Amino acid sequence: MSNLGQRLYSGQSSIDFVGHRRRWYIISAVILIIAVGALLFRGLNLGIEFRGGADFSLPQAACSVEEARTVAEAGSGAQAIVTKTASGTIRVQTETLTPEESVVLGAELAKACKINASDVKTQVVGPTWGAEISKKALQGLIVFILLVTVFLSIYFEWRMAIAALLALLHDLVITVGIYALTGLEVTPATVIGFLTILGYSLYDTVVVFDKVKENTRGITGQAMQTYSDAANLAVNQTLMRSINTSIVALLPVMAIIIVGAGFLGAGTLLDLAVALAIGMAVGAYSSIFIATPFLVSLKEAQPEMKALRTRVLARRNQSAKTTDTQTADDSDSSPSGQSRRKPRSRR
Amino acid sequence: MARPVTSARPLRLLLALTILIVGLAAWSFWPGTDHSVKLGLDLKGGTQITLQPKPVVAGATITDEQLQQTVSILRQRVDGLGVAESEVTTQGSGDGATIVVSVPGLSQDRLLELVQRTALLDFRPVWAILNPASAAAASASPSASASPSASPSASPGASSASPAPSASASPSASASGTAVAGTTIVQSADNSAAFQEQVANLDCSNPEVYKGGTPDDPTKWLGTCEKTGGAKYNLQPAFIKGTNVTSANAMMQQNGVGWVVSLQFDSEGASALAEASKTLAALPECGTAGANPCNAFAIVLDGTVVSAPRFNEPILGGQAQIEGNFTSQEANDLAAVLKYGALPVTLEPVDVTSISPTVGNDQLRAGILAGLLGLVLVMIYLLFYYRALGIAAIASLVVAGVIVYLSLVVLGKAIGLTLTLAGVAGAIVAIGITADSFIVYFERIRDEIREGRSLRQACDSGWVRARRTLLAADFVSILAAVVLYVLSVGSVRGFAFVLGLTTVIDIIVAFWFTHPLVVLMGRTAWMQKGSRWTGLSTNKLSAPDSSMPPSVAGARRREAKEGGQS
Repeated sequence: MSNLGQRLYSGQSSIDFVGHRRRWYIISAVILIIAVGALLFRGLNLGIEFRGGADFSLPQAACSVEEARTVAEAGSGAQAIVTKTASGTIRVQTETLTPEESVVLGAELAKACKINASDVKTQVVGPTWGAEISKKALQGLIVFILLVTVFLSIYFEWRMAIAALLALLHDLVITVGIYALTGLEVTPATVIGFLTILGYSLYDTVVVFDKVKENTRGITGQAMQTYSDAANLAVNQTLMRSINTSIVALLPVMAIIIVGAGFLGAGTLLDLAVALAIGMAVGAYSSIFIATPFLVSLKEAQPEMKALRTRVLARRNQSAKTTDTQTADDSDSSPSGQSRRKPRSRR
Repeated sequence: MARPVTSARPLRLLLALTILIVGLAAWSFWPGTDHSVKLGLDLKGGTQITLQPKPVVAGATITDEQLQQTVSILRQRVDGLGVAESEVTTQGSGDGATIVVSVPGLSQDRLLELVQRTALLDFRPVWAILNPASAAAASASPSASASPSASPSASPGASSASPAPSASASPSASASGTAVAGTTIVQSADNSAAFQEQVANLDCSNPEVYKGGTPDDPTKWLGTCEKTGGAKYNLQPAFIKGTNVTSANAMMQQNGVGWVVSLQFDSEGASALAEASKTLAALPECGTAGANPCNAFAIVLDGTVVSAPRFNEPILGGQAQIEGNFTSQEANDLAAVLKYGALPVTLEPVDVTSISPTVGNDQLRAGILAGLLGLVLVMIYLLFYYRALGIAAIASLVVAGVIVYLSLVVLGKAIGLTLTLAGVAGAIVAIGITADSFIVYFERIRDEIREGRSLRQACDSGWVRARRTLLAADFVSILAAVVLYVLSVGSVRGFAFVLGLTTVIDIIVAFWFTHPLVVLMGRTAWMQKGSRWTGLSTNKLSAPDSSMPPSVAGARRREAKEGGQS
């Protein structure tokens, strides 16, 4: 792998992420359409924290799902959703109850399932509370995006901020779309997961863009390399880091999923980890295939970058016509010119 | 770019880190204090209720002062349970505020009862004291049993579970309305005949009626029952609100026989009291037929009369004593109601969660297990990929882990931070983010070596480049954490706090530990030889140019850098 890292760094091995950007755009567009479609037509399976309701968890319950359902529906006077997890916990969800009613129903369920009433984990959420949580989360999202746009515009430039945010929205929409498509329950923990993806997706993109910024410093002062070439080199140079980072980030999340699914059944940890796992996978994809290519699309529209491209192409045509004076070492470079000279020494 | 000079610094940085850790450890393990991380309810079991304060009068707004009052009253009640580590916290302000009450190891119904006693307290002049039974049964002749100055309250703590207050503050405020079944009070803007008839029809011998629990509008007349159903009252609009009481204490009577409750009012309350007491003290004693109004004022808690003492004399100094044949218990209970009973808002429980200690313990164990498993997996991967550098990374992760633990203990003491399951999740996720800093740095070192620098140079120049990337990326993470913490509610906050904390610690560890450690390692002869176990093998990093000796390849590349890249 070190060898691959070396070849990627020098440009001897190169994957043309930027050149094929149309392809990635189409792939992402298709996935996004499916995600938005799922969101519109299937909607999200919101947990009781968002729609209001009562939730009872009965660990090591000695009753069947049917028995629990009968008790719950008699007690709440409405339909109840009852599920049993691998660890033997029965979970009962009903429409919203008053706190007093929930105490009574919890005790009845405990009796029916032959466990201590004090072992029942209950949660009752009023119907307006969920709207409150969602509103706050949305506020947080908007404020965060505004602040991050300002920061990235100052630290990099506005085009990079736009490209990073586009990748971010791309990740969020796809992650949420996967939730709509699979019908996985959305709980506050899931929302935490989504919000973490914000930070994570940007973190990844910042690292790649930092390299792009370094590679393209003073790029208009030469005629060896277009913006696309420099940006693509940056993606390749940070590719090993991106892969390593994604693996290292996913390992603990996978640990949560394994432990969560094996020992706990549904819960905060598992909900969070699933959202993170999906988001991180999508985020790793977008920081490589979407963020930088989109940045290049924006940059190449600038007149000075267009002019640079013309100069570089002219020079390449010229050198192709004249005798090849390049060293043998360079001759294996691909036409997109990943191993082109850098305009200036970095030091 | 300035050439980094780090020759003397690594040891100094490591020393700074050691001082930080020793300081945190000393604070954490200072004798006589708690040495462990404070756990949230979802990890140790207990009940948590999220309450949304609503104004007593519909349409009004909630002030921060009211919110503070409510919190201190609730805190007093919860502390009164004597359960350690109970908590009452607020989030947000004004109408959007929420109050979270957490009590470990208390059953849900008891806590609900405790916080839902909205307990609106006011003082009203008595218009008439009536026979408790409905007028249909008896004529309104004053009962001898309703001796006003000797009707001490039952213990307020033992009041029956009252139902959630209804949304409208004064359900029977209309004067023409009739007493509806289930009504515990009647109210009217004036003492009209219709109102008097409603009061007469109120059946205070019925426990369903006299249990109270319906908050009254202090600006209106009130017909209600004595707390135990012993009498029925027709009361004038309130002259003092419970919030005017600044202190109330139970004390022995001066002659040493029996207990009294001494009261202190604020200036507003004091002047109202002076005026009312002058008027009332001149009136005939209650219980005398036809004496309306009469000399007594009712202490009304949640629409029910707790006590109705009379004035012996006008009270001008804002200081009063309630006498009666109180026992010590009764006097203390009345004092507690007077002091803490008056909640300026009504509270609506919007989220009630209770977790048994067993389940909480399981969640904690699962969280720790997941964390350890994640840590071990990350360590194996780092060791496999980065060899000797991986050891530096693992040491850094361990140091970061120690600092995170100590910080949680210290913050638990300093600002009462509790670790919730969401926080545990944040910490586990942070393992990956922390490890990422090392990866960025190590990859940079490799890049520098690929460009032909010596290991010693690469450790420093790689750091200068990685540092900038790290700070930018971590800044975004911290920004996310701060925004989430400030704007969100509930478990999201716990997660955001831990994520922000670990990101800051990540920066500290990268600057004060990982970098100096790698620099020191880079100075050893073994690392410089570039064995394949170092993770920085010169051969491997330059493998494609195996036709040339590594040093030549490096030199060529470096030269290429100077004049334009090859």
